[in-house]
Amino acid sequence: MDSAIQHITPYKTLGLILVALLVLTGITVGVSYLDLGVFNVPITLAIASAKATLVLLFFMHLKYEGRAIKFSFIGTICFLAIMISFTFWDVAFR
Amino acid sequence: MAFSPQKKSFAIKDPTISMTTTPSFYETPSPPELVGIKAWLLTHDHKRLGLMYLWAILFWFVIGLTIGLLIRVELMTIGRTIMSAAVYNSAFTLHGVIMIFLFVIPVIPAIFGNFFLPIQLGTDDVFFPRLNLLSWYLYMFGGLLAILSLFTAGGFPDTGWTFYVPFSIGTKHNVPLTVFAAFILGMSSMLTGLNFITTVHRKRSPAMGWMQIPLFTWSLYATAWVQLLATPVISITLLLVIIERFFNIGLFDPDKGGDPILYQHLFWMYSHPAVYVMILPGMGVISEIIPTFSRKAIFGYRAIVFSSMGIAIAGSLVWAHHMFVSGMSDTAVFVFSLLTFLVAIPSAIKVFSWVSTLYKASIEMTPPLLYALVFIYLFSVGGLTGLVLGAAGPDIHVHDTHFVVAHFHFTMFGGTGFAFFAALHYWWPKMFGVMYDFRRAYIAATLATVGFMFHYVPMFILGLKGMPRRSYDFLPQFSQGNGLAAVGGILLFSGIILMLINLMLSFRKNRIIAAANPWGGCTLEWTIPSPPPLHNFTKEPHIKEYPYDFSDIPDSPQKT
Repeated sequence: MDSAIQHITPYKTLGLILVALLVLTGITVGVSYLDLGVFNVPITLAIASAKATLVLLFFMHLKYEGRAIKFSFIGTICFLAIMISFTFWDVAFR
Repeated sequence: MAFSPQKKSFAIKDPTISMTTTPSFYETPSPPELVGIKAWLLTHDHKRLGLMYLWAILFWFVIGLTIGLLIRVELMTIGRTIMSAAVYNSAFTLHGVIMIFLFVIPVIPAIFGNFFLPIQLGTDDVFFPRLNLLSWYLYMFGGLLAILSLFTAGGFPDTGWTFYVPFSIGTKHNVPLTVFAAFILGMSSMLTGLNFITTVHRKRSPAMGWMQIPLFTWSLYATAWVQLLATPVISITLLLVIIERFFNIGLFDPDKGGDPILYQHLFWMYSHPAVYVMILPGMGVISEIIPTFSRKAIFGYRAIVFSSMGIAIAGSLVWAHHMFVSGMSDTAVFVFSLLTFLVAIPSAIKVFSWVSTLYKASIEMTPPLLYALVFIYLFSVGGLTGLVLGAAGPDIHVHDTHFVVAHFHFTMFGGTGFAFFAALHYWWPKMFGVMYDFRRAYIAATLATVGFMFHYVPMFILGLKGMPRRSYDFLPQFSQGNGLAAVGGILLFSGIILMLINLMLSFRKNRIIAAANPWGGCTLEWTIPSPPPLHNFTKEPHIKEYPYDFSDIPDSPQKT
């Protein structure tokens, strides 16, 4: 929390995350060639979410932040999720 | 019988506070090299910014109030009374835009939040003082654009403050500039929210735990989250209206595959939570005033804290109850109607807690308390009539009638408006170091309250009988109600103008100097001189174990 204690991520960790992101990108491309029926979209979205999570946790330092920042971030995600999903009470049942 | 502030005892100084040795923030510019008008226009001091907001917001309030009165005068008689139908359409839009975006949303957070949030947290300023100054400039710029839109490209919009499509896309009036003004004002509101959240987390006195924060600051904290999360939705939506007007891309136009109801969803996703941005700080004010004049710890401190957060969360889940007759699906009508009833619970917890605080208390009547009590009454009526509208069945009957107009004026004006008046009278001596006349304050409050009832109660009845809102003319059976509402409106207007004149008169030459703690309040702002010094505290503030502990507060100075 204190600004005096700045977490510096080692190059090794950053490198590993980069590799993980590239591998996941490869999997996304690979999956697009397979016909998995209704599962194609959920799988692609899951991989994309996993990649976004890695970026947030390590590149954007969310992993090393205090609880306030973590809760704030999760709060914004929940808010967006509610805004979008609740609209479907209308759109999906018209 | 009301006691008079002229009583010698009223100005008794708290012996623990040295008033003469510490110069007030008026005498100490921040940054220190600034002099004259620059000391205000470039200030970083949260207190000066609070006062700059005060004057700007009061300006807009008086303008909005006057337009509101003119609307009611127009509706006093059948047919044309003082304005044409076209002017009438722009007048109610202008009244709505000014009152919502330039008055009710910023009024309590921007004025009293800026001034008192850092003090109640035991710190010297907000976390981002320069950003705070930027917020004020954005507010002024937004206001300026709203004025410009009156005189340019077709004149002020005739859409109502909701800017509903498809009309707002098609009308010849100056919609783009006005919605852009609202966009800028939204940015100002967001930055204030961001500043408050950061200040509460990072600048709170280290000795102050979460359950030691005063309830006014807690309510601002809950509000700030709504401001920060919901405002971007309206900002984007208003930009989409501008884009739709200029480029005809078909977002909301059914002919091009667009969805007009989508606009209503996006609009109310912000604008419903926004009504809690408007009311929550007002509830915070009342939660300060009631215990102070009850000389008693507030009932249910934790319940009030959690209900503030509860309102902020539940209030974000109910937006589509504005759309029951818009043509959205029946499933959505059912779900949103059900969810709406949830919001009533935390609001009721607050009302019960205030009333329970008054129970068996040593109540001392003062103008701020009178306004606070009127608030509880008017807000309760507003809240309960909200349930009539939240239930899908009766809503279909009274939707878009004067019933709705009366309901939201009871909550927004009877609620936030009267909480603002209460806050003005409560904190005026702290902000300016002067005391106003009590007798005139009581007369003004009574006049405004009686006027309020005669103004809005007839509208409930008119609405139930079927008189539509935003209507320029009406059928003969609505004459009596509209006539009565106009008379009530004039009384209400007179009461508020008298209240403002009374406050201004407190600056006259033979002014009454206010004590540091004239009311016997126990939150931190009452432990420092009136007006406060630049850095608020001259010595480390003492944080109480429980913020509403009156045990070490001497009897109210008025009594001694």
